[in-house]
Amino acid sequence: MDLNPQDLLAEAAAAADAATTLDQIQAVTGQFLGKKGQLSEAKKQLGALDPEARKAAGQELNETRQRLQDLLDARRLVLQSAERAAQLEGERLDLTERLTELQRGHLHLVTQARDRLEDVFVGMGYHVAEGPEVETAWYNFEALNIPEWHPARGSFDTIFVEMGEPESVMLRSHTSPVQIRTMENQEPPIYIVAPGRTFRTDTADATHLPAFNQIEGLVVDRGVTMGDLAGTIDAFVKAFFGGEVKSRLRPSYFPFTEPSAEFDISRADGSWLELGGCGMVHPNVLRNCGIDPDIWQGFAFGFGIDRLAVMRYQLDDIRELVNNDVRFLRQF
Amino acid sequence: MKVLLSWLREFAPDIDGDPVELGETLSALGLAVEEMDILGEGLGDIVVARVLDLNPHPDADRIQLVSVDAGDGEALQVCCGAFNMAVGDLIPFAPIGTTMPNGMEIARRQMRGEWSNGMCCSADEIGLGADSDGIMILNQLIGDGAAADAPLGAPIVDVLGLEGDVLWDLEVNANRPDALSVAGVARDLAAALGVDFSFPEYPALAAGTALASVEIVDPTLCGRFLAVVLRNVTVGSSPAWLVQRLEALGQRSINNVVDISNYVMLELGQPNHTYDLNLVPDGRLRVRRAAEGETITTLDDVDRTLVATDGVIANADDVAIGIAGVMGGASTEISEATTDVLLEMAWWDPPSISRTVKRLQLRSEASSRYQRGADWGDNMDRALRRFVQLLGEMGAVADPGVIDERGTTPDRTPMTVCSAKVNGLLGTDLSAEDMAGHLRAIGFEATVDGDDLLVTVPTWRWDTATETDIAEEVARMYGYANIVRTVPRGEQAGGLTEYQADRRRVREVLCGLGYDEAQPLPFLAPGDLERCGLPDDGIVLTNPLDAEESVLRTSLLPGQLKAIAYNQSHRNGRIELFEIGHVYLPSADDQELPDEREYLAIALAGSEAPAAVAALHALSTALALPNLQLREGAQPGLHPTRSASVVIAGRERGVVGEVDPAVAGAYGVEGRVAWLQIDLGEVLSGPHGKRSYDRVSKFPSSDIDLAFSVPDTVTAASVEGSIRKAGGALLVRAELFDVYRGPGVADDARSLAYRMRFQAPDRTLTDDEVAAVRQAIIDQVQSKNQATLR
Repeated sequence: MDLNPQDLLAEAAAAADAATTLDQIQAVTGQFLGKKGQLSEAKKQLGALDPEARKAAGQELNETRQRLQDLLDARRLVLQSAERAAQLEGERLDLTERLTELQRGHLHLVTQARDRLEDVFVGMGYHVAEGPEVETAWYNFEALNIPEWHPARGSFDTIFVEMGEPESVMLRSHTSPVQIRTMENQEPPIYIVAPGRTFRTDTADATHLPAFNQIEGLVVDRGVTMGDLAGTIDAFVKAFFGGEVKSRLRPSYFPFTEPSAEFDISRADGSWLELGGCGMVHPNVLRNCGIDPDIWQGFAFGFGIDRLAVMRYQLDDIRELVNNDVRFLRQF
Repeated sequence: MKVLLSWLREFAPDIDGDPVELGETLSALGLAVEEMDILGEGLGDIVVARVLDLNPHPDADRIQLVSVDAGDGEALQVCCGAFNMAVGDLIPFAPIGTTMPNGMEIARRQMRGEWSNGMCCSADEIGLGADSDGIMILNQLIGDGAAADAPLGAPIVDVLGLEGDVLWDLEVNANRPDALSVAGVARDLAAALGVDFSFPEYPALAAGTALASVEIVDPTLCGRFLAVVLRNVTVGSSPAWLVQRLEALGQRSINNVVDISNYVMLELGQPNHTYDLNLVPDGRLRVRRAAEGETITTLDDVDRTLVATDGVIANADDVAIGIAGVMGGASTEISEATTDVLLEMAWWDPPSISRTVKRLQLRSEASSRYQRGADWGDNMDRALRRFVQLLGEMGAVADPGVIDERGTTPDRTPMTVCSAKVNGLLGTDLSAEDMAGHLRAIGFEATVDGDDLLVTVPTWRWDTATETDIAEEVARMYGYANIVRTVPRGEQAGGLTEYQADRRRVREVLCGLGYDEAQPLPFLAPGDLERCGLPDDGIVLTNPLDAEESVLRTSLLPGQLKAIAYNQSHRNGRIELFEIGHVYLPSADDQELPDEREYLAIALAGSEAPAAVAALHALSTALALPNLQLREGAQPGLHPTRSASVVIAGRERGVVGEVDPAVAGAYGVEGRVAWLQIDLGEVLSGPHGKRSYDRVSKFPSSDIDLAFSVPDTVTAASVEGSIRKAGGALLVRAELFDVYRGPGVADDARSLAYRMRFQAPDRTLTDDEVAAVRQAIIDQVQSKNQATLR
């Protein structure tokens, strides 16, 4: 056998090193390991040897082939890696170049506040009730124990509409009509909150809007007490504002509740902030809805949604809520 | 209602404590403190000074040079802009270095070349009244005698007796007529503090036969009418202490008769009225309802026409000389010539007064007390005696004989209150005796009979008439804060309705598409709808604040266009808005209320109609709307050749397309606006959301592209319908990927290119199968749509 493995390997190593592309290394591989390579030629000559010598020569050939293969593979890997690196380098991007922005839309601040309030009350076992924004005097006043002569009517600053008798149809001045509609249509027990738009003859300024949003709660069940009202308010306040916030009830007056209260929440500085009104549903209101006050008792509470949003983000002008400037809408 | 601590103590001398804590106690009683002012606070440096000399400023007309002695015997020069003092007057003086209540620091300074060494103060400047017109003249206020004793340089808080006095401004609720008086507040506060409360004794009036007379014609109008004649009246100014108290409570001094009238009302809660007796023929009064159309000139010199529900006080000739409980008449008004006064203390039916006040829009301190129900009991006699006492101090003398006529007063039969029911309402565990104690502390009569109480409501609590009312009083006195907090034991799962949940999903989908939620006010200006090409049938507000906000919207379009115009005018980019809100459509004549609906709108500035259609389809997918179709045709306010009605499950539910350029222009909107408005209420109440599972095929699919030349008169929807019909179950997808107009296509047609995918759930389709369905589609499209394969 006239093959010198050492020479062959040295020759192959030199050829592999000279190859600088994957194509070239492929050619080198063919040259040394292909059918016409020296190794193949040497293999063909093995048959002429006696068995002992053939075995030893065959083994040597196989070893040489393996070493050649390893040598060429190693070079290929180096070249592959370099080629990949060059390709990737060519694809380099500056990720801070932002030509296209994905734009998400934004829920209105009032919607976000309302959804969150609804979620807290749903978690406390309430359903969400809704009603019309234009109401009759029955739903807005009379059924709520505010007869036609009552001085409290004046305090609602009601916006009336040109339908029917004068002052018989109006934009609801509170969400309380939904209480009446719910009680008229549903047997107790009732656990609802009623969010929605309400209206007053307030000229729009930094702190007032003629249309704003309130949420109102109503519970009618057997044996519901004022203690339940105070506890419910407290549970809500802690769920919505945080466990460290306290609540308190102060006597107040609403024609549709008795006893009536304002409820306050504590602020970080220890002072109290008036949040809304509440009370035990007046027996006359229950009777007006066909519910027997000797069997059922209830409580109700209500407060402004917009005001919560204004407080939370310290808006200096509530009119932003209706201007619909996208620079405002997209902040939340 | 404002109250002074010193005045409260005239009824309950033992009221004492930290002003803030007393304020908290008042709030806890339901008398919320809106403002608290510690009188004399920060006035420690203000001293009494005497005016020694007054000289004109050599170089200014509006200020003068005042020389004062502030106690050290030296003459200090002060520049002063007021001219109401005289040499010898005592005035409040702020020496150099004083910090005024408003934070201003008094320093030595020059005014037009003259030095000023301090400041002479007005009542306003030191928080002792509203008067800012002139310097406070102390000798006029406290009397020359007292002033003579006042040492110069002494703090004025000492001289005026302000030390420790507190002014609270309380919010008094409509059910607390009693708390619209100093005495009433004192009663509550004394009860809460557990200290004694009593009325001072005012001198009794002499019995006799009164010269005047009162006839109550309508007893339902007037429950009680007390009157007395005062002679030897000299109308003039009031003593300083009285003026000071009235001013502290926010009342300006007019003259002694008016001032005492106000004082008695504020102190005891009893409104009253004075007539010049000599202008009331025979001193005879008749109390009756007005005749419809009867007229009267009221004290404010306004001629007013009355209606049959109003109450009047008429004279012997039956001519109305006052509107009962609301305003007196001009014809019997007290003047400087008045010497004899007929004094009225009455109790009027609250609903009657409320109706008149509302109709005439005449609110006053007096009528607001009558509206809530004044006291018809002993307090009326007390107030009469108090008035006579006060005017008596100024020389007036009461004629013997008090007229006391009675009409119908509220029923005050004792009522039975069940303590278990009160506890059941409040969630408390109070004994009947505890409850009785709380009630007695504020003047209720209460006796205990087992578990029941027999309660008589005092005459000063007109609004209190039921067991629940009593429960509120018990709770108030027990303290709301002491009620143990629980939560209702009812076990219910809460939740949103399907409608509410779907509405949230709609909002989220639209936000995901990049649209911002806008919420304009639902009011429109007259003509807004017309400018939108919509019927001008919006419901009109009776009492709008602004003509620009006087119509209720019937469409979300005007509000959205205004929002777009607003944003464009502020050069805001990417104005893509949506709104979910109510519209108020005119309803049938037999309906009490408008046809109110919840609409959804999408307004995309700078986009053409297809953008809105794409949004509609995204919504349709999200809600699984069944059988969504567009019915082409001009829609009001929309681009006539780029709009369609939205048909869902065969019902028209809205419109989609592009806003008519003329309409957009009328609202100042630049460029195109893609528009969608649907009746969300109807859509979400109708069939939707039904989804079924289609097994995903594991077999290969084949794609085919076909382009047809289709006349412009034929819709793509029609072509697509033909494709789907012929494609049958094997067609799993068909989408329009190109629309081409130009060479190779007829002028009145366009090329529509569709990409279709065919697949079977159970096998690999053969070439023959695909070819067959392809041919079926071509045949169907060509035969039904005047189309030709390209």
